[in-house]
Amino acid sequence: MAWLKKLVGAVVVLGGAAAAAGWALSAPVELDAGTVAQLGPGDAAKGKRIFYAGGCTSCHAKPGAQGDARLQLVGGLELKTPFGIFVPPNISQDQKDGIGAWSEEDFANAMLKGVSPSGEHFYPAFPYASYARMKPADIADLYAFMKTLPAVAGKAPDHKLSFPFTIRRGIGLWKLLYLSPEPVIALPAGTTDKVLAGRYLVEGPGHCGECHTPRDFAGGVKKAEWLAGAVAAEGSGVVPNITPQGGTKDWSEADIANYLETGFTPDFDSVGGAMVDVQRNMAQLTADDRAAIAAYLKAVPPHPNGYPARKPAS
Amino acid sequence: MRKLVIAISMLAFAGSAYADPIKGRQALMKERGKLAGQISKVVKGETPFDAAAVLDALKALQANAEKFDVDTLFPAGSDKGDTTAAPKIWEDMAGFKAAEDKFLADTKAAVASPPADVDALKAQLNTLGGDCGTCHQTYRIKKT
Repeated sequence: MAWLKKLVGAVVVLGGAAAAAGWALSAPVELDAGTVAQLGPGDAAKGKRIFYAGGCTSCHAKPGAQGDARLQLVGGLELKTPFGIFVPPNISQDQKDGIGAWSEEDFANAMLKGVSPSGEHFYPAFPYASYARMKPADIADLYAFMKTLPAVAGKAPDHKLSFPFTIRRGIGLWKLLYLSPEPVIALPAGTTDKVLAGRYLVEGPGHCGECHTPRDFAGGVKKAEWLAGAVAAEGSGVVPNITPQGGTKDWSEADIANYLETGFTPDFDSVGGAMVDVQRNMAQLTADDRAAIAAYLKAVPPHPNGYPARKPAS
Repeated sequence: MRKLVIAISMLAFAGSAYADPIKGRQALMKERGKLAGQISKVVKGETPFDAAAVLDALKALQANAEKFDVDTLFPAGSDKGDTTAAPKIWEDMAGFKAAEDKFLADTKAAVASPPADVDALKAQLNTLGGDCGTCHQTYRIKKT
């Protein structure tokens, strides 16, 4: 029976090694010193643009808040997803309940690495998988702008998740698969600055792909179906295909830019659903930014719809 | 005789707006979009500003909003079928009506102070378009 003992021993050693490797691989990784050095002092005026491009208020404002109240980033919205209910936290400048006590480096680690000041993984419902593509200087500007926003007391409720998603450490493995600062769409040499600027806004701060791209079983976006549309992660309905093969295929670049500015489609339907908040944020950007986004959306690879065909009405 | 009465009443019913509330409300929404489109073309400078034509469009929007009777257009059960109306409408009828009432009030306000130039019209269109979005944010579901 010596062979059996050996086998058991080998299994235990291998299992232990796998567990140890998994533990090591899932460790939160913070920014390297070189990136931190690139942050520099931020410019709040420039950060305002990044704030609206990033759509922070859409999730972190108090649900239903309108006007200036949308700058009170107290959190509390409930994102009902297949993984459970995520509740965006208070990211106002409150020292205790918000992020008022965070350093610029803390903020950059959250945005670019999905790591909290206490060294824990954030859940990727916070779209750092997109924000990871942002320039450090823009993070610094955003930090400076958010410093100008009000402190609002009050902790948002905790996430309500079920096992195994309750284990934050597991997100470390998810990050190995899905977290990268590289652009999603490799554009050929000679691509115009306008399209490149659009790529940055869409893939980075705008985090459009988080809703407009279907996800795999582990909740990572399927880059091979980038922006092809998806079943809505929360609620019902679908998020449209915005590649050149989707519902926007007959829209001109000017149509897309106008939609982002006014909320009207070319046939004068209006923006709806979660896109309403997004569009109101996009309306705060410059006309050049909206034109760049439109140019990029015309340059991405076309895909068929990333969601199942609608069942005929019964 | 009884059959005839039923047949006639069914015909009458089919002829009324209540026969198919889904089609009825979709027609009104389509008209709204068309009117918003006319106004938007002026704001974008694609058609020249003509105060009388603009006022006509705003009046038509008000008339449309007045015709939009939520109780008849959104009866219980009309969340089924070829519709993008969200179940939320029936869960929060008061909120839905409030959103519609705001649109009606904003069309009335626009008609009461007709825009003198493109900038004034643009501000009004922003308000009205904002109403479209606010309602569609919660009470409509995209299915395709």
